[in-house]
Amino acid sequence: MLLSGDEALARGAYEEGLKVAASYPGTPASEILESLSKFDEVDSQWSINEKVAFEVALSSSIGGLRSLYASKHVGLNVAMDPLMTSAYTGVGAGFIIVTADDPGIHSSQNEQDNRLIAEVAKIPLLEPSSPSEAKEFVKTGFEISEGFDTPVIIRLTTRIAHTKENVRIGDRREVVIKDFKIDIPKYVMVPKNAYKRRLEIEKRLVRLKEYSEASPLNRIELNDKKIGFITGGVSYLYVKEMYPEASFLKIGFSFPFPEAKAVEFSRKVKEVFVIEELEPFLERSLRGLGIKFKTKHPSYRIGELRPEYITDIVSGSEKKEDALSARKPVMCPGCPHRSVFWVLKKIKAVVTGDIGCYTLGALPPLGALHTCLCMGAGITFFEGIKKALRKNVAGVIGDSTFVHTGIPGLINLAYNNTKGLIIILDNSTTAMTGNQPHPATGITIKGEATKKLILEDICSACGADNVDVINPHNVKKLEALIKKRINENALSVIIARSGCRLNEKKKDAPPVYKKENCKKCYLCLSIDCPALTKTKDGFIDINSELCTGCKLCVETCSLKALTTS
Amino acid sequence: MNKKDTINILFCGIGGQGVLKASEICGLAALFDGFHVKKSEVHGMAQRGGSVESHLRFGKEVFSPLIPKGQAEYLVSFHKEEHERLKDFLNPESVDLISYLAEGEKLIKNKRCINIFLLGVLSQYLCIKEDSWMKAMKELLPLKYLEENKKVFAEGRKLGGWHDME
Repeated sequence: MLLSGDEALARGAYEEGLKVAASYPGTPASEILESLSKFDEVDSQWSINEKVAFEVALSSSIGGLRSLYASKHVGLNVAMDPLMTSAYTGVGAGFIIVTADDPGIHSSQNEQDNRLIAEVAKIPLLEPSSPSEAKEFVKTGFEISEGFDTPVIIRLTTRIAHTKENVRIGDRREVVIKDFKIDIPKYVMVPKNAYKRRLEIEKRLVRLKEYSEASPLNRIELNDKKIGFITGGVSYLYVKEMYPEASFLKIGFSFPFPEAKAVEFSRKVKEVFVIEELEPFLERSLRGLGIKFKTKHPSYRIGELRPEYITDIVSGSEKKEDALSARKPVMCPGCPHRSVFWVLKKIKAVVTGDIGCYTLGALPPLGALHTCLCMGAGITFFEGIKKALRKNVAGVIGDSTFVHTGIPGLINLAYNNTKGLIIILDNSTTAMTGNQPHPATGITIKGEATKKLILEDICSACGADNVDVINPHNVKKLEALIKKRINENALSVIIARSGCRLNEKKKDAPPVYKKENCKKCYLCLSIDCPALTKTKDGFIDINSELCTGCKLCVETCSLKALTTS
Repeated sequence: MNKKDTINILFCGIGGQGVLKASEICGLAALFDGFHVKKSEVHGMAQRGGSVESHLRFGKEVFSPLIPKGQAEYLVSFHKEEHERLKDFLNPESVDLISYLAEGEKLIKNKRCINIFLLGVLSQYLCIKEDSWMKAMKELLPLKYLEENKKVFAEGRKLGGWHDME
């Protein structure tokens, strides 16, 4: 069976008797929970955010059920609070934390290397190189978790999560549910208890290091002894591709680091070379061991590694940046977000943005979204920018993102008496990560109906003075409403609600183009709709296959070159 | 340094063109024939009209999920600009299927099937059994469009292959 790293990891956890899994969608981790949700034996959920997901999974483990948390690298930031203290409480049944990092920033806001978090949190770290290993490592992960009473971090990267390969699947084995034991010194982290647990952590790390030294996950492959590579994760496969005859110390259990094994390996080969993606993590673990080794030029700490880089790295050269950049993504034809940005641009508003498809509103030619930092900051950034500019500021946030971390920001605005306009771009799904449901859709991860969060009610409850719901395809009304609310002395939320085009099959007729009226002003192209292009002679072509008939382009044209009839 | 027994195919295009589907079918067909398969791509932006590239490698044992630059045996492009961007992956012996794109656009009425047409062309170059291609398509394409796709695949298969390289 061809399985991706995400799917293989999910399959492995399922086979190991996983009972509870929780996550919030995020590329490249989303497919882990999507796969798990298909198994009836696993109680899986999209949580409202990663902190909640982490606590649901950890508490299930403490309660006696094998459990798993998964998120992308920046998702783990949201869960840092429970993560840091989970090393103190330890677990009940096995508990796996999956972080899927995104070297190269394919679909994220930063390039953090979460291996460093394992060290800060004092939690053991496993790094598979491939989908088949992801499946195997989950099994070992549960053993370590239960054997050492600790959470275990498994770190994937995009090239593992989204690579498919042949993976052998097996049957599920049910694992006996452990009894929950009341244990106040272990599970109530007040200072006195936490201090005692702190001592336990250090003792545990010593034992974990011994385990790491003996673990087959850290494997010496002796071959040609001229050069020996110390490497792990997907980098191992890149090096193996380019130097199949070399010797390797393949690191699969990277924290605590197997120091003695590294020393042993270094004595067997003539020259040691460390190759890893992003931060010098293995490199730092080797320092102070008396091993002479070479490593990549610091320029290679930025971005993904690629197989063809390896020979350059070994030769000690600096990274040459690729000249040709990939094509920019764009909002789909008929996307309901587009009209909101068109209006905001027209009235020259400064717009604080958030994370989702609508972040694409920042790209040229629209350029109508002006900040994007992290989940929830569309609202909280509005507060600061509004303080500074006083008028013509709007904050935008998606529906799923609003539920994730937007709500506290809205309460904060009301509580601190800030006036102004927040727009919830409600396409009734978590679109960018692949259309996952969330509380305001009223559907669970398993596709079942559940209690539906009513966004207008919660906005009122948070303290918004006005809550308007509008279909953003009704551009004239939308413009009038935004103009009315943006500088009003009130806290207003506009819920711009229209379903994501990817879920919508229905199309309206494309607009009619009257060439004779067209003065080639190209205002219609400023909305960046993929269905509109300039022809060779400078006129406009409407791709009727792509066009959904939203007619936003008609709104942009005052010359009646684009009309509805 | 590439092991000769690994076949490297690079599929490229933009979101929504069926790039990932094409490489998925090819990967599954290779799996049916008993090869070790690795297929690597990036999701997330794929449906938003951004660049999409899928690296497919199969052989006895495949290491890197990415094809090293200059080592693609085949480049299957669904978009001219993307083809331009990824030419670095080719070497003088590589087979570049770009000329078939225009041909497919002329021949195939349903634009959504161009990916399957190009697969048909590609299939003629590869050592994968016809039966495995059929099985893979059956598994991965909606039943409703299977027959249409099989016809398109056959059209491509007629055109592709070493015979027109002479």
